[in-house]
Amino acid sequence: MPREKQQEYKDHSTYHNEEIQPNPELNDNVDDLTDDLDALLDEIEEILEEDSEEFVENFIQRGGQ
Amino acid sequence: MAVPTIMGTETEFGISVKNAGEQDPIAASSLVVNAYKSRNIPTISWDYAQESPLMDARGFIAEGEKQQVQDANSSVINDILVNGGRYYVDHAHPEYCTPECTNARDLVKYEKAGELILDLSRLAAEELLLANQEIIIYKNNTDYKGHSYGAHENYLMSRKLPFTEIVDGLTPFLVTRQIITGSGKVGAENGAKGTNYQISQRADFFEKEVGLSTMVDRPIINTRDEPHADSRLYRRLHVIVGDSNMAEYSIYLKVGITAIVLQLIEKGVIGKKFALQEPVAAIKAVSRDLSCQGEIVLKDGRSWTAIEIQKGYLELAHQHLTAEERDPVVEDVLAKWEFVLNGLQSDPKSLGQYLDWVIKKKLIDAYIARHGFKWTDPDIRMLDLQYHDLRPDRGLYARLLKNGHVKRLLSREEIMHAIQHPPLDTRAYFRGTCIRKFPDSIHSVSWNTIVFNGPTGYDKIMMDRPHFGTQAIVGELLSTCNVVELVNKIQTDCDTS
Repeated sequence: MPREKQQEYKDHSTYHNEEIQPNPELNDNVDDLTDDLDALLDEIEEILEEDSEEFVENFIQRGGQ
Repeated sequence: MAVPTIMGTETEFGISVKNAGEQDPIAASSLVVNAYKSRNIPTISWDYAQESPLMDARGFIAEGEKQQVQDANSSVINDILVNGGRYYVDHAHPEYCTPECTNARDLVKYEKAGELILDLSRLAAEELLLANQEIIIYKNNTDYKGHSYGAHENYLMSRKLPFTEIVDGLTPFLVTRQIITGSGKVGAENGAKGTNYQISQRADFFEKEVGLSTMVDRPIINTRDEPHADSRLYRRLHVIVGDSNMAEYSIYLKVGITAIVLQLIEKGVIGKKFALQEPVAAIKAVSRDLSCQGEIVLKDGRSWTAIEIQKGYLELAHQHLTAEERDPVVEDVLAKWEFVLNGLQSDPKSLGQYLDWVIKKKLIDAYIARHGFKWTDPDIRMLDLQYHDLRPDRGLYARLLKNGHVKRLLSREEIMHAIQHPPLDTRAYFRGTCIRKFPDSIHSVSWNTIVFNGPTGYDKIMMDRPHFGTQAIVGELLSTCNVVELVNKIQTDCDTS
């Protein structure tokens, strides 16, 4: 567990933002974290671009800054 | 007194249209930016009179790099946002600039809001395309074929500080901070030494230590000297060496620790303590050292790991930041900086829910373990690219976040709020609020000006101090005045002060 400063986050955010409070359930959601990638890998099989070879070959950008 | 912390980022996005035949990235970028604009407010131009990108921090105006500002009539592809940021087409990429922020937490919020703005634009633009065409926007920095586009950070600094002190103090920090801020990349490019996977998207593209250019022959320290503020008091340090980050932790630490190190440089406590023998070679070597245990040779002959150099900066921060400077966000940045350095020291894999390059590697490792792919296989390159896809249903980072594999720092509500509301504590508050309240009365805007269409002609309001124009200073004026009263009041105050 890192040295979190959840309370300070909330305080600071209140100070900076008069309208929206962070949802504490979404902040530093340690309890919701999972290391089990299996279900996610199943999902990724579904959404990974098809024809990946052609796709990555055709992904050409112009250089920017 | 120290210069107040003011920071912002500029992100160029990759763009592709599926089933479009030949790609036209300029047209696609314009389509996307204009699609957002059409939902918004009347045309306000960008005030290019304020721009001077060829001014060099070492004290001269450069010739050479052909990167003059666009014509003022390019207002069609410019959008000045009600959150105080800017959204436009730069070269062949959509680009989003955050408003000026005073701290790392706000910066994460506004950068993430930018991702939502891009995604909203994509959805609006797709309505104009054929049914089988899809726009994909990537927050990454390369097409893996030698074409890179940037994620730039900007920090306000004192003009009094000699630029050479920035070069000395910052170079070793930027060479090594990628172990925290890298977004990860499969393979190598731009003629750099081959590798399966490396920490940084951008490291392969840096070829010199100091220079003005941003598009070729890129330098670790960029000398563009265009403060967008009172140039007698300030410079704007333009950091071009970073990666575009998806992970909130990576963005937060990137700007948080860099702002702290710049404060240390202003205090004069770094000097040449960490000066490296060969920074350009080191930036590529660090990017390829996934153990983070490789040693880098310093000018004085010592050999330190990237982690040790980062810890050296952290220790100086603990020694020299005053209680006043250690506000809650700075305190938190220091704690998280130490946490990730300790994690990298014990086992980088321990940060698989925190830092982009580790998150991405963990995902690819698992995919390889399941399918037995090689690092050079197209599916692996696709995973790398799709990690940066901004579509919430297709982007792999988005899916990791949704499924609880990645740490958040902010709630989605806060980020959505930042699409429509400027920070309260910088001049972005004045800019964003004027654009929201008086869109029909504004002729043009730049980072440090607003030009109003007054009853007797144009009235230009200068905003040369980025930490002014806050809600505390102008909030009441903005809520009680009409536009003519506002301009008169500000001009009267300026004349009498």
